[in-house]
Amino acid sequence: MTIALENADDIAVARNEVRVMAAALGFRMLDQTRLATVASELARNIIKYAVRGRLIAQPTEDPNGRQALRLIFEDHGPGIPNIEEAMRDGFSTGHSLGKGLPGSKRLVDEFKIESEIGQGTCVTVLRWVA
Amino acid sequence: MNGVRIPILKIGRVLIVPIQVDMDDQMVIHLQESILSELERTGARGVLIDISLLEMVDSFIGRMLSDIAAMARIMDARTVVVGMQPAVAITLVELGLELKGVDTVLNVDEGFRLLRSEIDTGDEDEEQTYRGLSALGKHDNRS
Repeated sequence: MTIALENADDIAVARNEVRVMAAALGFRMLDQTRLATVASELARNIIKYAVRGRLIAQPTEDPNGRQALRLIFEDHGPGIPNIEEAMRDGFSTGHSLGKGLPGSKRLVDEFKIESEIGQGTCVTVLRWVA
Repeated sequence: MNGVRIPILKIGRVLIVPIQVDMDDQMVIHLQESILSELERTGARGVLIDISLLEMVDSFIGRMLSDIAAMARIMDARTVVVGMQPAVAITLVELGLELKGVDTVLNVDEGFRLLRSEIDTGDEDEEQTYRGLSALGKHDNRS
């Protein structure tokens, strides 16, 4: 499923869609909340820094049939000059609390961030059904 | 979700803010402004924000709660957030949010008790009315 992120209202749409999808995949309540929160944080980053982008939500599974949800947040915004710095707790350039990226990383099992100046940013997260 | 407004009730000298829907950013900003103007208009001394039905608090909503508490304090009012769901609390801590300056308690009863210990909340009978309504509705005030 692809969700367009074009204005602030889409942040709530993204987190609600992610929660519904997570519930359908069998994630327990706490993990649904974690995933919805990650969706909210990372979708907001896109609106705030890149103006627009999209979220791709993909159910996936390993060879043993274990289910997971992968969320890909991509934009063609300005990119992140210093990823290491952006991943540090308390760092923020956008008047937020600087919790978005490092905080989101703690809410998922896998977290990958790729960014290129002037090209955009792609954050991929994954959480397994416990 | 457009056009949905969070109600602000007044009981004695306390503003009650039952947040029963997921709030988009615009609603969050509007709510913050409404609470402050109601504080000014009514001279209320306490703000009780009931988030028992809120399924998610991200850094934006968390910051709003901190900001409301800070601004209310400047206007001589105390803020208490009641009824946070366990999953929300766990996620907030993992996210690294501290809700600076915000008092949180388990339920509406505890919220009133805390406010009453710090301010003159006004009529206690009326408080009972909200707790009654709260128990009738979908609120879980765990009392």
